[in-house]
Amino acid sequence: MGTMSRKSLVTLFVLAALAILPPIFLWAGNAFYLDLATRLVILAIAAVSLNLILGYGGMASFGHAAFIGIGAYAVGIPAYHNTYGEFDLVASYNGMFQIFLAVGITAVFALITGVICLRTKGVYFIMITMAFAQMVFFMFVSLEVYGGDDGLVIDTRSEFPLINLDNPLHLYFLSFGSLVAAMLIVRTITRSQFGMVLQGSMGNDERLVSLGYNTFAYKLTAYVISGAMCGYAGALLGNFTTFISPEMMGWTRSGELMFMVILGGAGSTIGPVIGSALFVLVEELFSSYTIYWHLPFGIMLLAVVLFLRRGLLGVISGSGKNEGH
Amino acid sequence: MQPLLKISGLMKSFGGVNATDDVNLEVKKQELHAIIGPNGAGKTTLISQLCGTLKPDAGTIEFEGRNITTIPAYKRAGLGITRSFQITSLLLAMPVLNNVALAVQARDSHSFRFIRAAHKISRIRDAALAALEQVGLQNRASDNTATLSHGEHRQLEIAVALASNAQLMLLDEPMAGLGPNESEKMIELLRELKGTHTILLIEHDMDAVFALADRISVLVYGKIIATGTPDEIRSNDAVRHAYLGEE
Ligand SMILES: Nc1ncnc2c1ncn2[C@@H]1O[C@H](COP(=O)(O)OP(=O)(O)O)[C@@H](O)[C@H]1O
Ligand SMILES: [Mg+2]
Repeated sequence: MGTMSRKSLVTLFVLAALAILPPIFLWAGNAFYLDLATRLVILAIAAVSLNLILGYGGMASFGHAAFIGIGAYAVGIPAYHNTYGEFDLVASYNGMFQIFLAVGITAVFALITGVICLRTKGVYFIMITMAFAQMVFFMFVSLEVYGGDDGLVIDTRSEFPLINLDNPLHLYFLSFGSLVAAMLIVRTITRSQFGMVLQGSMGNDERLVSLGYNTFAYKLTAYVISGAMCGYAGALLGNFTTFISPEMMGWTRSGELMFMVILGGAGSTIGPVIGSALFVLVEELFSSYTIYWHLPFGIMLLAVVLFLRRGLLGVISGSGKNEGH
Repeated sequence: MQPLLKISGLMKSFGGVNATDDVNLEVKKQELHAIIGPNGAGKTTLISQLCGTLKPDAGTIEFEGRNITTIPAYKRAGLGITRSFQITSLLLAMPVLNNVALAVQARDSHSFRFIRAAHKISRIRDAALAALEQVGLQNRASDNTATLSHGEHRQLEIAVALASNAQLMLLDEPMAGLGPNESEKMIELLRELKGTHTILLIEHDMDAVFALADRISVLVYGKIIATGTPDEIRSNDAVRHAYLGEE
C-alpha cells in the first residue's frame, strides 16, 4: 500500500509538471522547451502503448516504430493528396478522418503481423517483429510518390473543430490530453480481468492454458490495442514534425522506445513517461554538445541494459520460459 | 457405469524413448486413482497428454464418453479437467489471491472484460478466498506468491486446482519435496477432496498412495504393468519385482 501511494504521488507530480511547465516556458518566451515537451509527450504515448505488451504481457516488440510511421503517413498521405490531387478516396485534411485511418490501419497491421509474431517467443519474437517493421520501412522507401527515403513535407496539419494544431499550445495540450487518456486506458485494462489474464500469461503461459485460457487470443488483443495506440501517437508526431520519412520507423527508433519503457520501469503506468522524459532530455543534452551524440547515447543505452540486465532478461524470459505446444 | 476418463492405446515417444507405451486406463467417477512408477516412467508425460499440452502419437482419450484426443488444451479445462504441476509453476510475481482468482475467472466463458477492476469483483474474490481457506492459506491471500514456502506453494497448487471447479483433477506429485509434517497435512487435504472430486494422483510417496487410493496403476517404462486395489498391488508379484524393490 505504501509503495502504491508513492507511485501515485510520482504520477501526479510528473503529470502536474507536464501540465504546468510547458505553457510557462512558452509565455516566458522560450518556445523551444514547449517543442521539446511536445515531442516528449508524443513519444511517451508510444512508450505507454509498448508498455502494455512489454511490461504487462512479456512481449518484447522490436518493431513498434512501424506503428508510429504508419500513423504519421496516415496524416501525411491524405494531406498530400488533398493538396496535389489524385487518390480522392483518402484526400483530406480532416483530423478525425486521418486519426481514424492511423488507428484503423495500425490495428489491422497489428492483427495480421501479430497472428504470425505471437506464434514465436523470446528472441524469435523480437526478431520477427523487427523484420515486419523493416518491411514497412522499405515499403515507404520505395514509394517514390511520397518522397521515398527523402520523406514528405506535411504542408497542412490535421484540421479539427475548435482546436488549431498550428498553435503550438493547442498541439501540446492535445498530445498531453492524449497521453493522460492513454495512461488511463492502460491502467484500466491492466487491472481488469483481461489484464489479469495478460499478466498471468507473462508469468506462466502453460499454467494459464491449462486453466482454460486461450492465451494467444488475449495476447493478440493486447498487441492490437498497443499497435493502434502507437499508430495514434504516430499521427500526432506527423503533425508535430510536419515532415515524415521512413526514418521515423527505423529499427533504432523501436529500440529507443524499448529503452524508454525498460529504463522508466516496465509494468507501471508512469514508468514509460519517465523513461521518455529522460530519453528526450538526454538526447537534447548530448546532441547540443556533439553531432556524434549517438555514440555516447549508445554507450549509455548499453550501460542501462547491462545495469538493468535482470529487468530486460526477466521480460524476455518471462515470455520465453515455456515451450510451445 | 461409464468411466469419467478412458485412455486407450496411448502412445508417445521422444526420439527413441517410449514415454507412453500403449497405455490403457479407466478412471471411474469419484475414485482416487493413483499412478506410481519410478522416475522417468512417463507419469508427467501422461498428464500432459491428458490436459492437452502434449500431443499423443497414437491412441485416444475419452472424457465423459467424448473423444477429446485432439481438443486444444485450453478447451479441456472448460470441459472439467484441471491439473497441478510437479514443478511448481505458480505466478510468483502476483499476490497469492490472484493465482486462485485466475482459476475462478477461467470458469467464465471468456475474460475479454476490460473495464472493471478484477480485484473488485466480489464473486471472484469470494470463490478464490474460499479455495484458499480450504487449503489453509487464507491468511496469505494478499502476500506475494514468491514469499511463500515450498510447502505453501504445493498447497496453493491444490487451491488453484480446486478453484477451477473441475470434475477431474490431475495432480502431479503434490507431495514432492514436502517434509513429514507438510506431507501429513497434504494427505489430509487430499482425503477431503476425495469425496468431492475424481482425482488422478501421481505420487512417489508410497504411504500416501496406499492410504488414499481406491485403485492404483503401476507405470514402468511407459507401460502400465498392473492396475488394482492397494491390496492387489501390494501382493502383485510383477509390481513387487519391478517397482517395490522386493525379491
Ligand atoms: N519434452 C521431452 N523431450 C524429450 N524427452 C522427454 C520429454 N519429456 C519427457 N521426456 C522423457 O520421457 C520419459 C518420461 O518422462 P516423465 O514423463 O517426465 O517421467 P516421470 O514424470 O514419470 O518422472 C523420460 O525418459 C524423459 O527423459
Ligand atoms: Mg514427473
